[in-house]
Amino acid sequence: MSRDKILAALRQNQPELVPLPAAMPLERVEILELQAKFKAMAEGIGSTVHLVDEFAAIHPLITARFSGEKRIVSTIKELVSAGIPAFEFDSDPHSYEDVDVAIFKSNLGVAENSALWLTEDQMGIRVLPFITQHIVMVVPLSAIVPDMHTAYQKIGEAEYDFGTFIAGPSKTADIEQSLILGAHGPRSMTIFIYA
Amino acid sequence: MSAPTKTHPELSAVFNKDEERVNWHDETLWWIRQKRDKSANSIPEWEVLREKASQIKSNALSNLAGYLVSFEEKAKANGIIVHWAADAQEHNQIVHQILQKHGIRQLVKSKSMLTEECHLNEYLEKQGLEVIDSDLGERIVQLAKEPPSHIVLPCIHKKKEEIGDLFHQYLGVAAGTSDPQILTEAARVHLRETFLTRKAALTGVNFAIAETGEFVVCTNEGNADMGAHLADVHIACMGIEKIIPKRKHLGVFLRLLARSATGQPITTYSSHFKKPRAGQEMHLVLVDNGRTIQMGREDFRASLKCIRCGACMNTCPVYRRSGGHSYHNAISGPIGAILAPNLDREKYADLPFASTLCGSCTNVCPVKIDIHQQLYKWRQVIVQEGYATSAKKMSMKIMNYTLSSPGVYRTAGKAGRWVLKYIPFAVNNHFNPWYKQRDMPEVPKESFGEWYKKNVK
Repeated sequence: MSRDKILAALRQNQPELVPLPAAMPLERVEILELQAKFKAMAEGIGSTVHLVDEFAAIHPLITARFSGEKRIVSTIKELVSAGIPAFEFDSDPHSYEDVDVAIFKSNLGVAENSALWLTEDQMGIRVLPFITQHIVMVVPLSAIVPDMHTAYQKIGEAEYDFGTFIAGPSKTADIEQSLILGAHGPRSMTIFIYA
Repeated sequence: MSAPTKTHPELSAVFNKDEERVNWHDETLWWIRQKRDKSANSIPEWEVLREKASQIKSNALSNLAGYLVSFEEKAKANGIIVHWAADAQEHNQIVHQILQKHGIRQLVKSKSMLTEECHLNEYLEKQGLEVIDSDLGERIVQLAKEPPSHIVLPCIHKKKEEIGDLFHQYLGVAAGTSDPQILTEAARVHLRETFLTRKAALTGVNFAIAETGEFVVCTNEGNADMGAHLADVHIACMGIEKIIPKRKHLGVFLRLLARSATGQPITTYSSHFKKPRAGQEMHLVLVDNGRTIQMGREDFRASLKCIRCGACMNTCPVYRRSGGHSYHNAISGPIGAILAPNLDREKYADLPFASTLCGSCTNVCPVKIDIHQQLYKWRQVIVQEGYATSAKKMSMKIMNYTLSSPGVYRTAGKAGRWVLKYIPFAVNNHFNPWYKQRDMPEVPKESFGEWYKKNVK
């Protein structure tokens, strides 16, 4: 059987055990500095960032920005209204192919690259953050950490079935290195950071 | 394996016929190298990160059998079906059987250099199946019936006008279109239809975590996720060396990967697949295909640390001026030139010589592989095993004779200077490979030895 052959060949050929290195030191950075860094990185890769003083300020901004869109779904209960319907689960992922705007709450943002962590339970359904034409992410300021080391420290041994870091709208530069936003996934990403 | 056609020098000569294109190719890749530098320089601890990454990979390789067993156990417990393939043939058969079992004849695929290495597309097409590559660059080269010329930028050798022609022919775009925005939009529409209608999706794997049994796939376009989350069957294929011990190690590798590749702070998507979606079947194929042999070669073992960022290609003066196709291997550039001879010494005997040994590849490698040292070592193995070309063997013999006899050396030097001065046409012709794309140097009046005798008493 190939499994046993491969493992036997490895056991014969792999070198003596080399120890793992010590972990990278974790950075501690002031929260306002993190917010500024996150915003600069996010804008640098094509996202739009709104800093708001309170959660209540987000709803009107979303309606103003996306009032012309047909199908909007919110996985955040607190943002659901007449104009922003709640996400409803359908086990067939294809049923979301006409979603224009999908709204998610992330509890982990990374300042060094503006990536936001979402797990399946925050997505409603796995395909949604990818199939939607525009993605909206809401993240509390206190959820922003300096770098990927601190991010994984925060994720720790969390159980999830699927999780992803999302940094900006989907993009490609495959044609002569011209950066185009909206490759297969969202054409835009709007981020709300609330204090 | 298809028969070798031409060697690196021969294929480079074809690429070099169009000087303007060579300059454009060279400058484009150098621009990406500069973006990498800017990005790396913005991280004060960059060199510490590279060292950590290299050490984590050293640990992973030194206990790869143990980590694979642990990964398999966890992945199975998570509901993933794990397969093992000794070689490319077995890998292709496994994928085919999974598709057959479900009666699926159409596959959508995101980028996987492993399936390029195994020639999966050709294999499945021979069995009458249809494969559509969904990464934009890969789709372009697929339409052009070419292999990718770069592991991260598959169609970096193509001009937008050529892509416009392809899209006109296959996707119904208006003739003469060359605006990247319009072309990308056309591909988006075409591939969205593909994602929505395919029952099976195949993806590559960037990292697999021994501790948790999850695997991570990084893309900018979101094509791996679009494929996997819409399909009933997800097949992920990986080389066995993609294992890293712990989830927290992703912190190190995800900081290095995109910055080294394109200068981005991170790829748009870094997706962690741990369990199949409810009702979905998830397969993972672990492939050896020569990796266990490379593990046993002490001098070349470190090549298994590669995370496929492509930084060594972008910086390589030979790659930039000869193009990815001149390497006639799925993985081109400096890293390809040290991986390929492991698979077939005779077919790829030319590749370790496709380098100036300048060491730039080694300097940018995020996991600190000693690439140029390995290129130098492969040359010795290849010559010792008798795979060097006869012209190379002969010239090395003459060089050896000349350099080991001071009298012959002095006479040869004088003769060379005389020829360049009085009968330059004897060397400035197409029989001399050094004359191609270069002018021969101005002739010095005397050798250094002669000058030294006169001036230093």
